[in-house]
Amino acid sequence: MKRLGVGGWIILALAAVYFIGPLVLTVIFSLWEGRGHYGISAYVTLLQRPNIVRSLVVSVELALATCAALVVLLVPAMVFMNLYAPRLRPLFEFIAALPFVVPAIALVAGLSALFSGPEWLIGTPFYLVIPYFFLALPYAYRAIDVGIRAIDLTTLTEAGQSLGADMGQIIRLIVLPNLRTALVGSTLLTLAVVMGEFTFANVLLFHTFAVLINEVGQNAPTEAAALSTLSFLITWLAMAGVLLAGRRGGVQLSGAR
Amino acid sequence: MATVEAAGVSKSYNGRTVLAKLDLAMTDGELICLLGPSGCGKTTLLRIIAGFVTPDAGRVLVAGTDVTALPASARRMGMVFQSYSLFPNMTARDNVRFGPRVGKVPLAEQHKRADRLLEMVGLASHAGKYPHQLSGGQQQRVALARALAVQPQVLLLDEPLSALDAKVRAQLRDEIRRIQRETGVTTVLVTHDQEEALSISDRVAVMNEGRLLQVATPSQIYREPADGFVARFIGAAAVLPGVTEDGKVRVGQIVLHAEAARQHAAGKQVDLFLRPEHVRLEQLNGHMPPDGVAADVGDTTFFGSLTRMRLTLADGQIIWADLPSEQAEQFKPGSRVLARWDAESPRVIPRG
Ligand SMILES: Nc1ncnc2c1ncn2[C@@H]1O[C@H](COP(=O)(O)OP(=O)(O)O)[C@@H](O)[C@H]1O
Ligand SMILES: [Mg+2]
Repeated sequence: MKRLGVGGWIILALAAVYFIGPLVLTVIFSLWEGRGHYGISAYVTLLQRPNIVRSLVVSVELALATCAALVVLLVPAMVFMNLYAPRLRPLFEFIAALPFVVPAIALVAGLSALFSGPEWLIGTPFYLVIPYFFLALPYAYRAIDVGIRAIDLTTLTEAGQSLGADMGQIIRLIVLPNLRTALVGSTLLTLAVVMGEFTFANVLLFHTFAVLINEVGQNAPTEAAALSTLSFLITWLAMAGVLLAGRRGGVQLSGAR
Repeated sequence: MATVEAAGVSKSYNGRTVLAKLDLAMTDGELICLLGPSGCGKTTLLRIIAGFVTPDAGRVLVAGTDVTALPASARRMGMVFQSYSLFPNMTARDNVRFGPRVGKVPLAEQHKRADRLLEMVGLASHAGKYPHQLSGGQQQRVALARALAVQPQVLLLDEPLSALDAKVRAQLRDEIRRIQRETGVTTVLVTHDQEEALSISDRVAVMNEGRLLQVATPSQIYREPADGFVARFIGAAAVLPGVTEDGKVRVGQIVLHAEAARQHAAGKQVDLFLRPEHVRLEQLNGHMPPDGVAADVGDTTFFGSLTRMRLTLADGQIIWADLPSEQAEQFKPGSRVLARWDAESPRVIPRG
């Protein structure tokens, strides 16, 4: 392998400064207690806020519910499309790309006009699963599509059928386990989208994690920095966990020679 | 185990006929090869029997029962696919016991069956491996064991050996035959390789363009091909178009003797089939016997004990001769020789 020259090292250092600099400064700022004092008081106040845990829990629950909805609805739909109606693929691609084209605020307006549903639905934050489903759709669709293309879905399905399995057993025992890596990826992306989503939650007046970050940022800057640091750590831990799980699956799934 | 029958099966895609009112009846425990060139409809017929494709017309009967309306999952047919089809997320053992497992067979019995079948295909020591840890040949063995684990009435194999290299292919071919005999399961094997078909089958069904041309034992197919297509497809026979005379066939300027020409009226348009193993060569020494013909030696192909020689007749027609290799050395490429054969050897089939 070619060794990195002086120029290479300089570029690498500049990139490191560019990426790590703001992070370090955020951490330092979050530790600032005014007049040259440094300590963890911002973190203490932050964690003492009454709604922080609740909003975090709400966001995580929303993310998981969205993931579940995507797996339950999207995977069978895509499996059936690939097996029995491959001609519908362009339609699927189009629908999956729509959320990119339509601005979030237009979605909110449309959504609140459309869903004047029962109180038990629109009164809880789980109402947000509906818009989040569509927000995460493009990412989840891509990830699952890549996974499905990587296996010979038709042959595996037919093998399952000839062995007497019904479609439910085939999806549960054959398709889902072989889409593990793809599902990990789609879960990761969905988590990221839902955890960071602000517009819907704010306009529809739900107190999610992203809304809280925004609120804190407006009146307590050091706490906001502390919150950013924390959410950065949480996100990284989550990603590392998901990636590790995916890698372990990946060994078994590297496919037939 | 059961008899299998396809009766009047037709299928077309986008107005193109792929199978044309095809009839095929198999006896219990028989191994039939569907043999034909690529695209002739072999896979389509197999998939109709398996229940993956619905025929436009006709019926599929297993042990006399009409199964045409049954889905594949209810037909109890084991299937081995051309491409590797093992479930990548399961070990060899779990692949094999998948059928019994979804069939609600007790767990202990599932494992017993899987272990016995892996033993049968010689992979007992690989039971815990995942498909990607197995070679292509091993994967197809596991696929065979998996198909047999549902104790199928019928075993269907769609070119199971075509992705393997020659040595493994020959080995696994013999093994499929042995296992088929041991289990006695009625088997349809699709192939486009005539050597494979002839060596493994009880009967060979030769197909072309959606039709069955001949269904017969390998030796019948080889010795008495029903028509020009079968003769050309099975082995390397020279096919020479000509006109019958008394006990001969006139091909262009030359006359080739063939007893079988007497079966047809004189002056009939026929094809004469001459197999390379029937042709003998002698040195030309001035005189030309009435049953001989002059030929120029062309390229030779060395097959070990045999050498195949390409011969050009006076009008440019090509025939081949298979000679023992040490004998073939006497006939140098470019030399003119005398080619002879027994009058009973060539087949003469009307051209239609
Ligand atoms: N699902 C399908 N749609 C359209 N045409 C098909 C389909 N399946 C097979 N065919 C056509 O039918 C013909 C026979 O195919 P197949 O049975 O696979 O041939 P073989 O197995 O003998 O090579 C081919 O020309 C193929 O293109
Ligand atoms: Mg085929």
